[in-house]
Amino acid sequence: MPLLHIKDISLSFGGLKAVDSVNIRVDEGEIVSLIGPNGAGKTTVFNILTGIYTVDSGEIFFEGNAIQNKIPQDIVEAGIARTFQNIRLFRNMRVIENVLIGSHIREPYNFFQAVFRTRRFRDSERENTLKAVRLLREVGLLARTHDYAANLPYGEQRKLEIARALATGAKLILLDEPAAGMNPQESEELLRFILSLRGRGYTILMIEHDMSVVMNISDRIYVLDYGKLISEGLPRQVANDPKVIEAYLGGVPDAAENNRA
Amino acid sequence: MDITGRLERFFSQRRIFFFAVVIALLAALPAFGFSRYIMRICIVISIYSMLTLALNLVAGYTGQLSMGNGGFYAIGAYTATLLMINAGLSFWSSLVVAAAFAGISGFLLGLPTLRLKGSYLTIVTLGFGEIVRMILMNWDTVTNGTLGVRNIPLPSLFGVSLSFTNHGLYYLALVLTALVSVFCALVINSKVGRAFIAIREDEIAAQMMGIKTVRYKVLAFVLSATISGIAGAFYAPMVGYIDPNSFTFDISSQIISMAILGGLGTMRGMYFGAAALIVFPEVSRFLMDYRFVIYGLILVLMMRFRPQGLLGWRTRLPYRFGKVLERQLAAEGSLPPLL
Ligand SMILES: Nc1ncnc2c1ncn2[C@@H]1O[C@H](COP(=O)(O)OP(=O)(O)O)[C@@H](O)[C@H]1O
Ligand SMILES: [Mg+2]
Repeated sequence: MPLLHIKDISLSFGGLKAVDSVNIRVDEGEIVSLIGPNGAGKTTVFNILTGIYTVDSGEIFFEGNAIQNKIPQDIVEAGIARTFQNIRLFRNMRVIENVLIGSHIREPYNFFQAVFRTRRFRDSERENTLKAVRLLREVGLLARTHDYAANLPYGEQRKLEIARALATGAKLILLDEPAAGMNPQESEELLRFILSLRGRGYTILMIEHDMSVVMNISDRIYVLDYGKLISEGLPRQVANDPKVIEAYLGGVPDAAENNRA
Repeated sequence: MDITGRLERFFSQRRIFFFAVVIALLAALPAFGFSRYIMRICIVISIYSMLTLALNLVAGYTGQLSMGNGGFYAIGAYTATLLMINAGLSFWSSLVVAAAFAGISGFLLGLPTLRLKGSYLTIVTLGFGEIVRMILMNWDTVTNGTLGVRNIPLPSLFGVSLSFTNHGLYYLALVLTALVSVFCALVINSKVGRAFIAIREDEIAAQMMGIKTVRYKVLAFVLSATISGIAGAFYAPMVGYIDPNSFTFDISSQIISMAILGGLGTMRGMYFGAAALIVFPEVSRFLMDYRFVIYGLILVLMMRFRPQGLLGWRTRLPYRFGKVLERQLAAEGSLPPLL
């Protein structure tokens, strides 16, 4: 059974078929990439997956359970967390607090237990904070723990967003263009970090519009163009697929160059 | 490090001392023999501190601007008054019921947040404040209409009536404000407070972290209303007379002005804002008729030059892990370095 199985989902915005009969399968422990030119519908697939949009048709299964059209909160509880293409951190909160928001659903105490500072509250807070600091150390943000998210440089903000997603305890992490806007060194380092996540048992589905970025780390790649899947398979197969080359050359000429420059 | 950072560190390192000094001064204030007029101003400041702390929960932390908090204040004041006068309940039981009643009204007002965002929500809260006043004016049989209610009895404790003369009212105001402050601090420093702030910062991202945003927004309204209700329940016996015009939109806008002046999203700003805008008209009585103009001007100037409020800076102090956790982190070599 695949961890995530997207079956034939479609979504239109008015007359625009943003996602058109898309099928994606992600197995446990894989790094799968969803690539395609700008405007192909990649982010829309993530928005559907995480409950921001409801599908017009199709089904989504996570660990065998139907999750299409559930609300975002239920999706996280189910074990899927994401990052955003245009970073959405809680900017006026500290780095540590951003991660603690990630573990919000792992805090078992209720309002009254919080107000009366019961043992349950104290234990839960201590444990989650400890985990949050460890997580920050692992992603290399320990030195920024006390700082505010808004003060972090771009690359670290991306990392913090991933750390926040990891803190939810999700199994499947959705990354929307994690390397966007990074210089080659930063993106190299980030990709290594993503690889290490697989080593720790996470499954990754990531979006990228620059194919070359994901060639080396993806187990499999899906290519989306104008809302339709035009190719899928191993990185080498996809790279040599004439339809993919055509989509990239014909579509957005400079897309493949942008982020490597 | 800049001046506010240094000041913060200075005070933070000696916080127990300063805290004790402030408490001692406030407790000893009646002993200085100030006039009843001055003591009354102090009481009004503490009422408005509660009201701004209440507003702060919805507007400051959760980011939902409520212009109807005067309505909760009115509900608290009327509920307590009518229970004391008509049902003969003691001040204390009336206070509890009034707080609960205001909380329920906050729940009802919070429900539109299910559907409304931003300015739409704000307009509904504004309407709510006016509706409350209309009900108070027109429901004569219960509220005595525009005539208001007179001779509201003073609270009494162990048979002693708490008055201006024996400073009982002052101490009661102080205790209530302290309780409300501690309550707010406890709520804010928990997952509840973090959820509030996350909703303010980015509602979509908050949802993606599993925060039940609707539930937390309604909770913020309920807490805000309850605290405002407590302030109202105290206000009524303090002045001894209430009528619907004690609770015009003026009150809601005063609360908002105070909170913005001090700095929404901070507790220190609430006390400061309340004190500043209560004292200011008193020391410049000749401006009284222009108070609204001044408030408007303050709001505009603040928005333009210091939108975060006079005391609204983000603290530079390190995050507090607590001693136990700090030791544990240090032991495993992952104690985060300070800023
Ligand atoms: N909320 C929306 N309303 C209308 N059109 C949208 C909306 N979201 C995305 N689109 C359109 O859907 C298409 C796919 O967008 P998106 O999924 O963001 O592309 P990608 O992430 O692949 O660059 C684009 O043409 C975009 O303009
Ligand atoms: Mg996109």
